[in-house]
Amino acid sequence: MSDLPVIDKGMIEEAESTPTRRAFVAAAAAAGLCYVGAMAYPIYRYLASPAEMAANESAVVEVTLKGAQTLATASALMFKFGSSPAMLIHGADDTWVAFSAVCTHLGCTVQFEPQMNRIHCACHGGVYDAHTGKNVSGPPPKPLTAFKVNVGTDGVVVSRA
Amino acid sequence: MAGFIYNWVDERLGLTEAIAFARHKRVPVHAQSFWYYWGGISLFLFLIQVFTGILLLVYYRPGAEAFESVRQITYVMHFGWLIRSAHSWSANLFIFAILVHMFSVYFMKAYRKPREVGWLTGIALLFLGALFGFSGYLLPMDELSYFATKVGLQIPASIPLLGPFTATILRGGPDVSEFTVQRFFALHVVILPLLFLPLLGLHLWMVQKHGNASPPSELEKPAAARRSIPFFPNFFQKDLAMWLISLNVLALLASVFPWDLGKQADALTPAPAGIHPEWYFMAPFHMLKILGNWLPGATGEVVGILLFTVGLALWVVIPFYDGENVKGSRGRVAHYFGIFAVTALILTTALGYWGVR
Repeated sequence: MSDLPVIDKGMIEEAESTPTRRAFVAAAAAAGLCYVGAMAYPIYRYLASPAEMAANESAVVEVTLKGAQTLATASALMFKFGSSPAMLIHGADDTWVAFSAVCTHLGCTVQFEPQMNRIHCACHGGVYDAHTGKNVSGPPPKPLTAFKVNVGTDGVVVSRA
Repeated sequence: MAGFIYNWVDERLGLTEAIAFARHKRVPVHAQSFWYYWGGISLFLFLIQVFTGILLLVYYRPGAEAFESVRQITYVMHFGWLIRSAHSWSANLFIFAILVHMFSVYFMKAYRKPREVGWLTGIALLFLGALFGFSGYLLPMDELSYFATKVGLQIPASIPLLGPFTATILRGGPDVSEFTVQRFFALHVVILPLLFLPLLGLHLWMVQKHGNASPPSELEKPAAARRSIPFFPNFFQKDLAMWLISLNVLALLASVFPWDLGKQADALTPAPAGIHPEWYFMAPFHMLKILGNWLPGATGEVVGILLFTVGLALWVVIPFYDGENVKGSRGRVAHYFGIFAVTALILTTALGYWGVR
């Protein structure tokens, strides 16, 4: 092939003014890597876009739930804290707590069971305490992440503890 | 180590046979050898289409949300604009490369015996390529794509008897709507690829089996005076260099001239001024327009479609008219027919663009 790619001048001098096979292969490999990088980077960023958006969302520190102060006792309100599900529980004893609703075992969304006064995960039977979020029985390894709750006159503010 | 791996794989998959198979083909070297690259360039651009198309599938949603999802791809997802732009640009370059490939095959008389099947599959691939273009054009569901599809479907609709029925089925109703996008999407990403890939396989097998055709001027020379190089690795290396050039051209076009996204399609807004079909549909549209001026009403369109069909049919069956490699009037007639076709296409395309200027 007469139309060999042009080789960098510095490289030619390095190889005593003749493009050695080694220099050529090195230059070609470097150029090839640049190509792969130039294509792989946009593709990676493109595919990772939703993950980045979710990361931006979960950077929130506080969520205001308008009208949630009217939530009946012994009931729960599901809401999104950033990109992941969370729950606000108004206990039968008029206490307010909020937890991440993502089971610490394998990530299912948990539910509040008022009659048992517990938080239950239907996937593998994990049980958490409805007041503290502590893992009481079943496979969950850790308690549910708790949030700070501030009940106001026109809404409930949930923030990172 | 490399030798060990090679032997291990070779023993099981037969690499040596595959290489011998690839080496078996030789590529003639002569003044017109440049045109041999265009099939390979078309193939490369098709691969780019598949690759960027799969990436677009990651976020594209057909149906009612079509425009919103393309807006997201273009303006929200990182580098989405670039991937969409690369897909659109390579689609256009792909059609351009197949046209160059087809006309070079035609004028080098590479359709002659025994390469008739290569010619026929090639035309079928071009036809499918045009359908890929037509169906893909609607998918963003912006103003231009909406009206282009509306107008484009008027053509089959004007065929007597079966026309209106066919157009309604293609459209999924009396008007272009979210149902149209949904079925064009199915056409674009499932049905057309299913038809395209086996045809492409047959086409490539024909190239492998019969090799590149030498033009008549070469065949006149004594066998000893003709030069050729092995396809693998010699011509293949040059092919790869052409692919690299194509990739660079594509990267430049896609990034410097990003593909536009218009306003969302809305049946109630009037068609934008200067709306015109994609360049590869310009020639037939303009011919229809000219005939429509001569013959008023539906007659013009019917006669136009008829003339176009006859011309296309003659183009398709050319290997059966000019099939033998002998000097004679048939070869000359085919040559002039080719020159007439190219002139007509270029002229009507130019006139079409002149009209919308």
